[in-house]
Amino acid sequence: MESKQRYTPGLLALEAAGLALALLFLTPFYFLLVNSFKKLGDILLNAASLPEAIGLDNFRRAWVAIDFPKVFMNSFLVTSVSVLMLVVISSMMAYRLVRRPTAFNKLLLTVLVAAMIIPFQSVMLPLMKITSMFELRGQFYGIVICYMGFGISLSMFLYHGFIKSVPLEIEEAAVVDGCSPYGVFWRIVFPLLKPISVTVVILNVLWIWNDYLLPVLVINDNMTTIPLAVQKFFGQYLRKWDLAMAALTLSMIPIILFFLFLQKHIIEGITAGSVKG
Amino acid sequence: MSKRIKWSEWLQQTVFVGPGLAAFVLIVLAPFVMGFYYTFTEWNGMDLNHAKWVGFSNISRIFGDDPRFWQAFWFTTKFTVAAVAFTNATAFLLALLLTSRLKTRSLLRTIFFLPNVIGGLLLGYIWYFIFVRGFRAVGEATGIGFFNWQWLGTPNTGFWGIVIVFVWQTAGYMMIIYIAAMVGIPKELAEAAKIDGAGKWQTLRSIVVPLIMPAITICLFLTTSNAFKMFDLNLSLTAGGPGNSTESIALNIYREGLVNNRYGLGTAKAMIFFFGVALITITQVWFTKKKEVEA
Repeated sequence: MESKQRYTPGLLALEAAGLALALLFLTPFYFLLVNSFKKLGDILLNAASLPEAIGLDNFRRAWVAIDFPKVFMNSFLVTSVSVLMLVVISSMMAYRLVRRPTAFNKLLLTVLVAAMIIPFQSVMLPLMKITSMFELRGQFYGIVICYMGFGISLSMFLYHGFIKSVPLEIEEAAVVDGCSPYGVFWRIVFPLLKPISVTVVILNVLWIWNDYLLPVLVINDNMTTIPLAVQKFFGQYLRKWDLAMAALTLSMIPIILFFLFLQKHIIEGITAGSVKG
Repeated sequence: MSKRIKWSEWLQQTVFVGPGLAAFVLIVLAPFVMGFYYTFTEWNGMDLNHAKWVGFSNISRIFGDDPRFWQAFWFTTKFTVAAVAFTNATAFLLALLLTSRLKTRSLLRTIFFLPNVIGGLLLGYIWYFIFVRGFRAVGEATGIGFFNWQWLGTPNTGFWGIVIVFVWQTAGYMMIIYIAAMVGIPKELAEAAKIDGAGKWQTLRSIVVPLIMPAITICLFLTTSNAFKMFDLNLSLTAGGPGNSTESIALNIYREGLVNNRYGLGTAKAMIFFFGVALITITQVWFTKKKEVEA
């Protein structure tokens, strides 16, 4: 059996090569981290050295400069509400499209899937008109609606593929027991969709949390999200590296924690989400 | 009775499909369709309600008198070719490495994937610092000329700078997809090949690659479309500079609309961009799909 083979010198060499590559992959984080603790003078002197002392002064100033608690809250609210809405509308739509494949619904599926190819820049300028016409710009619900529109294609498609494999018998039994169609979906079908819901949540969180261009166009200053705050900060303090590195480190912490805690689900989610060729 | 069923069916269709359909039509479909109209208008950001029909003048201006757009087009095309080739080669090799029986497999997988969870904008700023300050420090310490180049100061190194960051950011994601496909290859096939005397290289070429063709299709599709649409990284790393030598199409369109305030011209470019993306991705998927085989 192959799996019982011994740990050969060849494997040891591969292991060493893998670790060396991993260190290379991590170097940018090394530069970021060591320099967020240094004084500006030390950074200019040698950006590759370790900090002489671990002081949190840069972080304290960056925290205030980008108003971290506020921008974090904004990012959190925009991301969580948009993702929640996407889960609700895309699972419901996918369920109906699978269970009632009328001509209209089939066409709808095709159009939504085809629309995934449209780049954001191709709808961006007319979208400015729509968002001002319907007074979506500068409003919290405005950006949530935008994310619902841009996100529904992929999320609905993922749910659609999954629901096709959910057996109909369970639902029929519930209907016989007098359950309404809405009750059947929320109490019986939706809990069965948990694996694909996890995928949908993860893919959308990574997208919306890191998104830069849509918020720039649609929200106003009091709802600044993390990427916007970082961008504005760099415009103002270019070459104030001590503050900049600390601000970047701070900004990355939430999503890195999210990744490390949910790593297993994220990697499974990406595998499931990509099987769509 | 049948009237009640009809009513209930109609209500269900509205409740289940309505909200998603409304959001999609309002945010994606309507602007997309409107784009075809605005392509032929003079329209500016100051007054979104007035667009003047100008026929083909935007189109002829883009094709006849907009060298900057075509520079962006060539830059993006070259970038896509380099980024797709290096990202997939790196991802494929990493996947081969991580499907061998290493003890640190899961740790390595985490590390290679890590850059992917952070947005392109933030990564661009980190690398801006590295190219400007970090490389210099390494260059001074080691004396290797490579690190002393003005990485973001010349068109050529700026190009490769963006390619490096793009590969670093996206290879981990593609690696995950390749790993999933490689793990799915039936063990018996590889063993049979071994018994028949196939070497490692031969097994790779005749067994592994053909069997993971669906994953290759997906990864090529994802990297092609992401590279061709690159924006965030471009904005934060080089901002299109030096000059406009590293300006991507997406950035060019953005600036035409939101900086120059020429929405009509920007929309015309955006529509050309759409046809470019559609043509490239459809051709590529069609081409690689043909090569897929059953296990």
